Amino acid sequence: MSEKTYLQAISDGLRTEMRRDNRVFVLGEDVGVYGGAFKVTLGFQEEFGSWRVIDAPLSETAIVAGATGAAIMGLRPVAEMQFADFVSCAWDHLVTVAAKQRWRAGTPVPIVLRLPSGGGFSGGPFHSQNPESSFAHIPGLKCVCPATPEDAKGLMISAIEDPNPVLFFEHKHLYRRIKGEVPDERYTTPIGKARVHQEGDDVSVITWGAMVYTAEEAAKSVDASVEIIDLRTVLPWDKQAVLDSVRKTSKVLVLHEDTRTGGFGGEIAATIAEEAFEDLDAPVRRVTAPDTPVPFSPVLEKAFIPQAEGVANALKELISY
Amino acid sequence: MAIARVAEPSGSLQEVREWGLDREDLLQIYRNMLVTRGVEERGHILYRQGKIPGSFYTGRGNEASAVGVAMAMGADDVGTPLHRDMGVHITRGVEPWRIFAQYMGRTDGPTHGRDGNVHMADSRLGLLAMVSHLPAMLPVAVGCALAFRIREEQRVAVAWYGEGASARGDAHEGMNFAGVRRLPVVFICDNNQWAYSTPTHLEYAVEHLADRANAYGFDGVVVDGTDVLAVYREAKRAIDKARAGGGPTLIECQTLRMEGHAVHDDAFYVPKELFERWAERDPIERFRTWLRSNADMADDEEEQIGSWVKKLLNDALQRAEESPQPDPATLLDGVYATPEDLDTPHHK
Repeated sequence: MSEKTYLQAISDGLRTEMRRDNRVFVLGEDVGVYGGAFKVTLGFQEEFGSWRVIDAPLSETAIVAGATGAAIMGLRPVAEMQFADFVSCAWDHLVTVAAKQRWRAGTPVPIVLRLPSGGGFSGGPFHSQNPESSFAHIPGLKCVCPATPEDAKGLMISAIEDPNPVLFFEHKHLYRRIKGEVPDERYTTPIGKARVHQEGDDVSVITWGAMVYTAEEAAKSVDASVEIIDLRTVLPWDKQAVLDSVRKTSKVLVLHEDTRTGGFGGEIAATIAEEAFEDLDAPVRRVTAPDTPVPFSPVLEKAFIPQAEGVANALKELISY
Repeated sequence: MAIARVAEPSGSLQEVREWGLDREDLLQIYRNMLVTRGVEERGHILYRQGKIPGSFYTGRGNEASAVGVAMAMGADDVGTPLHRDMGVHITRGVEPWRIFAQYMGRTDGPTHGRDGNVHMADSRLGLLAMVSHLPAMLPVAVGCALAFRIREEQRVAVAWYGEGASARGDAHEGMNFAGVRRLPVVFICDNNQWAYSTPTHLEYAVEHLADRANAYGFDGVVVDGTDVLAVYREAKRAIDKARAGGGPTLIECQTLRMEGHAVHDDAFYVPKELFERWAERDPIERFRTWLRSNADMADDEEEQIGSWVKKLLNDALQRAEESPQPDPATLLDGVYATPEDLDTPHHK
């Protein structure tokens, strides 16, 4: 075990697989000499060479489509979007080609797409989004959103091992802020399994990514036993873990940094209503960003991203319901 | 003033032999062209009989371009043919009965009823199934070539698109990446002159689409896409060059769309005289005449080939009609791949 930042844990997972399996290669903008926009692949080109750490032209289409073709030919590409927001340029190759190729043509597409996502530092409308719910709607894709360094490494290795297109949402606000003990050896974290971040009896918070820590902070300021479920992956998502927690506490708050309408929280709330209605002692509550683009000004951004205080208020209302 | 090289028409039997084609190869090309057209003609009949759900697309007029390029590919090469390129599937060895089953949405089609028309491919034959969004498969083919380059394999990817799809960014982004990395990929633009109802002058403003290759740092060639042997020669040159590390080539095959965009389209917007001119340049008739005057194809041989094709297609139709409808209980299967699915020729 050694202490690593969330960012170092991602690098560690990727490096572990590149050393183990020469089919794994990295493709993206500025991933080589520069080491990637956030330095996840710093030093990789020196170790693995320029044909395994490939600086692509500024073309998300060429990166995702190129990864798709290489994966169909038997390689294991790990493609990087500089920011998750830019994946919109590659929507067609991800959603039209990669996601559907196995089902309709029998051709697996084992790619990993790294997506630095999330706000919190005035990235503005195009460098701050959390687009996971757009892709959680696409059959054939998998979406993982680790919150801890240990899961970041384990899910990276699972994503590379997985024979499907996996979107790896790595939250930028966790990169250097969050540290934790990470096993030095190779291990996998199962895709589709939630984690109990904090056990509690009175109310459940269902969340993922950076909001796990917002929930943790909020829980400290309420006079109740709060259970925090870190979903870890939103497609597939661990329905059973959510229902188990809801049945235990009878009250549930769904929390995400993405905007509200059509956000993945709606799917979770609907499932709880369908399958655990009689176990509830209060209506399901959602706390999310409002339905606007992500603002630039720190003041506005703070009003946009769910804060611990707002989450605590929602928890208090639920508890006293 | 064209920038791309304009290819010479094909020549004598002697010249053709120098490119590596013997008489049997020539007859094989002819058979492949006839089967290609025959499959699509019978597809029309099936459609009129109400046996094909949805719409129906053909590549009538594009047989020389498709078969000529596919004949020049090596066994381990891969390609992403589109909806006018039935000749590629036929040449790579897809059995016609499976194509009819695909048309009818039956279990034995390459997509088992999950997709229709020419949205199919047999990956064991080195083909990748197209999507409707054109030319989305073009940069995917570039990715295949990237894999070959990374593994230092002597293999080539062939990427098809049309003059309509040339207006899309995917074409630019794929070709630019391929040019930058000198990847072993050959781009085939089937310029059939009409993108649905849109003529070429509303799609692009250069003289030839192959002129654009210069902008990506590789060679462009314009070839008569109704001349199967000229297409073969240019494709062979480009594929050999890519295999030897010489980078991509863009070949523009000037070809014909002798029918509407799809079965529902009577192509009223194409001038009648143009259809008449195209009929005179029918690629199959052109090659048949060439074989008779250059390769001694006599009446009996021609007749023999014709009956072989007819029997092949009749048997294929019967077998396809016997193929069961897909079982609705299988609808949810295979949305996600399992590790065992990676046991393909490519994932060895």
